[in-house]
Amino acid sequence: MNGGGDTSQQRGGGAAASAPAISVQNVTVNYGTVRALENVTFSLAAGRVCGLIGMNGSGKSTLFKAITGMLRPDHGSVTINGGSPALARKAGVVGYVPQSEEVDWAFPISVRDVVMMGRYGHMGFSRRPKSADRAAVAEALERVELTDLADRQIGQLSGGQKKRAFVARGIAQGATILLLDEPFAGVDKRSEATITTLLRQLAADGATVLVSTHDLNALPKLADDAILLMRTVLLQSTPTEVLKPQNLARAFGLDVSRAGDDE
Amino acid sequence: MSPLDFLLEPLGYDFMLRALATSVTAAIVCAVLSCWLVLIGWSLMGDAVSHAVLPGVVLAYVVGAPFALGAIVFGFLAVGLIGVVRNTSRIKEDAAIGIVFTTLFALGIVLISVIPSQTDLNHIIFGNLLGVSWADLAQVIILGVVTLGVLLAKRRDFTLYAFDATHAHAIGLNPKVLGATLLGLLALTSVVALQAVGVVLVVALLIIPGATAYLLTDRFSRMLVIAPVLSALAAVTGLYLSYYLDTASGGMIVLVNGVVFALVYLFSPRHGVIGKRINSQRRRRMLAAS
Repeated sequence: MNGGGDTSQQRGGGAAASAPAISVQNVTVNYGTVRALENVTFSLAAGRVCGLIGMNGSGKSTLFKAITGMLRPDHGSVTINGGSPALARKAGVVGYVPQSEEVDWAFPISVRDVVMMGRYGHMGFSRRPKSADRAAVAEALERVELTDLADRQIGQLSGGQKKRAFVARGIAQGATILLLDEPFAGVDKRSEATITTLLRQLAADGATVLVSTHDLNALPKLADDAILLMRTVLLQSTPTEVLKPQNLARAFGLDVSRAGDDE
Repeated sequence: MSPLDFLLEPLGYDFMLRALATSVTAAIVCAVLSCWLVLIGWSLMGDAVSHAVLPGVVLAYVVGAPFALGAIVFGFLAVGLIGVVRNTSRIKEDAAIGIVFTTLFALGIVLISVIPSQTDLNHIIFGNLLGVSWADLAQVIILGVVTLGVLLAKRRDFTLYAFDATHAHAIGLNPKVLGATLLGLLALTSVVALQAVGVVLVVALLIIPGATAYLLTDRFSRMLVIAPVLSALAAVTGLYLSYYLDTASGGMIVLVNGVVFALVYLFSPRHGVIGKRINSQRRRRMLAAS
């Protein structure tokens, strides 16, 4: 049982022999004349949590969009479990937890209904929930400890509870690839610990978790691996290695000659 | 005059029966669609499409094609042009919308002015509820039923699209198709509603009922009931008022909708400006008493 363990190095993932869960090869994305990602290459094995570190504008959200296929890279390719992202989406493998700013928290929808949206890929034409769907939603809510708040409007939850609701959506979906964009922004320390434990458990169950985060202190507790992003992958290694001052300096633009020479 | 006579007298006229059926159908279809429009933030898009269909409807009239066809073609043309102007120049979206729809609307007005039998076509702009023929009514009901059917059958997908299009994409749905379907239904709905209130006021029926319902509930499924019920009641009330006060029927229907919105804006228990305060005072008093 390695969920909720304390150090990162000795935690291992399974699936070393099979295709990587996520493989990003030479991905370049331009917005008009602005280059958001350049030659991004990395791969992630199943059963591991990977932290994505980089400053604002380093291309983290763009990378998520490229992996979900929301955005077509100008060059390069993404494969999920060895196949195309479109195939993975159809199979319901990809779960996405959006950044807080992307969500309309005043939307007239309950926590339960949000989680139910994870099941839509499993449902028929009119998405009428069956008992199996209701059971999956109840189980997911139980797992993130939101059962008592299930009938609240989504905006009436605390910051941490909101994130857990979206993680529950991924669980109900049965997603084995979980992408979380800044799940710890605006979340108190206790909720952050709860979410961290939850993500570690999901990885222990075989999921691949990619988390972008600003919280460097909590990174070793959260992640097995970390990627340092500055429009391209500067470094992929263990959290301890990535957190070394000389490496962080490169990602956060302190080394001007490196951060500026991308164009 | 007894209250019953008050209600029954207008129904003695065939034209009033047709007007009532037309306005209630339009009110219901528009109100259901409006629930998504106000949540996605497409009110301005509703304004644009409902105006931009005018030249399409006029041209359809000229060549004898169904109004719905012309409306859909010009509805999508408008949305496409707005996208082109926004994406390929430094013009922002609101300005792009304003430029495209007013130009298309103006094209419609110019077309009307050069085409003979202007009387019919001018009714498209301001509506002609009391002059609706049985054939018009049949078209309104067929289009209304089709639109409502698609909206309700795919309501969960549209709600997902409105709430989180990225998730829709991530689970293998196609947000672009969902968005385009909604826009097509918007164009169809405009055809339904222009018989009732005219092109100029369609946008009122496409925004106000959804906005009113949004202030009354935190459940989308309830919005889908509240909006059409309030909108249908407003249509009937507006039509009766216009009958007895001898005022413009389309204008009256929109006015009643506006008044209902104002009352809800003030007194909605949960989200009303005054209602919220009364509610929390009552709760405080109950706490103090216990």
